[in-house]
Amino acid sequence: MPKKRTNEKIVYWILRGISYFFVLIVAYILFDIFIKGIGVISWDFLTQAPKKGGTAGGILPAIVGTLYLVLMTIIISLPLGMSSAVYLTEYATQGWLTRLIRLAISTLAGVPSIVFGLFGLSLFVIFFGFGASILAGSFTLALLVLPIIIVASEEALRSVPPYMREASLALGATKWQTIYKNVLPYSLGGMMTGSILGIGRAAGETAPILLTAAAFFLPRLPDSIFDQVMALPYHLYILATQHPEVDKVRPLQYGTTLVLMALVIGLNLAAIILRMRIRKKYQW
Amino acid sequence: MLNFRGCKEKGVKTVFLITASMSILVVAMIFLFLGKEGLSIFKEVPLSSVWVDKWYPVSFRKPQFGIIPLLAGSLLVTAIAIIFAVPLAVGTAIYIAEIAKPMEREFLKPFIEVLAGIPSVVNGFLGMVILSPLVKKVFSLSTGLNALTGGLMLGIMAVPTIISISEDAIRNVPQSYKQASLALGASFLQTTFKVTVPAALSGIIASVMLGIGRVIGETMTVMMVTGNAAIIPHSAFDSVRTMTATIAAEMGEVPFGSTHYHALFLVGFILLSITFLINYIAQKVLHKYRLGE
Repeated sequence: MPKKRTNEKIVYWILRGISYFFVLIVAYILFDIFIKGIGVISWDFLTQAPKKGGTAGGILPAIVGTLYLVLMTIIISLPLGMSSAVYLTEYATQGWLTRLIRLAISTLAGVPSIVFGLFGLSLFVIFFGFGASILAGSFTLALLVLPIIIVASEEALRSVPPYMREASLALGATKWQTIYKNVLPYSLGGMMTGSILGIGRAAGETAPILLTAAAFFLPRLPDSIFDQVMALPYHLYILATQHPEVDKVRPLQYGTTLVLMALVIGLNLAAIILRMRIRKKYQW
Repeated sequence: MLNFRGCKEKGVKTVFLITASMSILVVAMIFLFLGKEGLSIFKEVPLSSVWVDKWYPVSFRKPQFGIIPLLAGSLLVTAIAIIFAVPLAVGTAIYIAEIAKPMEREFLKPFIEVLAGIPSVVNGFLGMVILSPLVKKVFSLSTGLNALTGGLMLGIMAVPTIISISEDAIRNVPQSYKQASLALGASFLQTTFKVTVPAALSGIIASVMLGIGRVIGETMTVMMVTGNAAIIPHSAFDSVRTMTATIAAEMGEVPFGSTHYHALFLVGFILLSITFLINYIAQKVLHKYRLGE
């Protein structure tokens, strides 16, 4: 009997050890990036263009490029994703069409990012003639984050209790009036939260913009949405692999990584804080 | 008035229906565009020339577009990633779902979420500067950029997917199963491993399949840490090149409409088909057990 108990203890500790192993990995990654990156971050690093073929200067065009891409991605994907979710939760009935839409969304969620890149290249860059540009890149990224936004928005819409709809309908309001006045106002916050998480993903993606938007080296800022841009993740990739003096630019690689991680984690934190505030505000 | 209202209602519904149907259109167009561009390679070369073990797309004598080395590369890193990730991720899922106290769970989960949120290019960078020197040293190799490093990095990336869905599956096992087992005198751990985990097995398998889907489509990380030699690997210490990395590395330089261009689209189409099948089956399983919804 005591032996059995010792065995159980050992298994417990193994499982606990595995779980904390991941905590250690994440903590080490964040610590390593912060310590080695923070020394590089300066006003000049954030506000100047790269110089001397990337071995000196800053990353401003990459930051601005990523912000443009993210902004355009939001503009394209948010209305599409949110209204898809409204259809699926408020209007859709059980049937082949709804099943097909759901299958399409889950398929889209599993499409590899480089396949989105290929598709963006053939449809937006070549077929529509956008060229490699902010527009083509944002459309590609928007398709990538669409399933995330739809799923998150559906969850937000479902969290509005049915009696909110029933009360409105009982008073003679039409379906659309009910949705517009009694469902959307209470679910918009939740939809935004989930969408921010999706956008965080878009900010860090490299493969989809590799073929559709990203420029190797472009020290000026873009003038229009038909311009190519530098982007933080792609810039990091170039610095880390394509640069002739890889070791010399290692500090710059860490600096770029830190800025990118700060952007991604910042977006995630914003979503978490928003979620907590909404939970406090609406308790059904 | 009523009529106008009715029209408006119908109009609004139609607009929402159209936006929701966009997803179907997009998926159909992805298959169509990749299929059209990829399959038109067979107008230029015979089917048999794609099924050879040499990928030399740029050659003055005779370019070769054998996809076998690329398939082998993707398969090898995926296998390594899954062998590494599954025990660790399922162990963590069991710990979080069954053993950890609520406070501990709240502490552990954000770390897993951060791990899921790290961009793949950052993972690739960390693989280059941290893991690859380590692999090189431990196994005394000439380079740390090989299938093993790629597989380990991908394993770490698959972990959050496997944990979150496995945890759901384990938690969804009815309380009565566990109570029955405990009432029969089984210990808590016996109950966990002989009742709870087997009952959640289909969900766990689905989570692993989704993990595989994620890993096989991963691009930037593998491109940065596997060394990218398009040869059939003989061991985990060989450099490999995956399907994803091939597309990403070569697409930028090929002339539009060339055989090489179509070959890369064919690789993309194969990749799309593989991930579609894996995800479709996993979703079926999850749907059957009402998980992940």
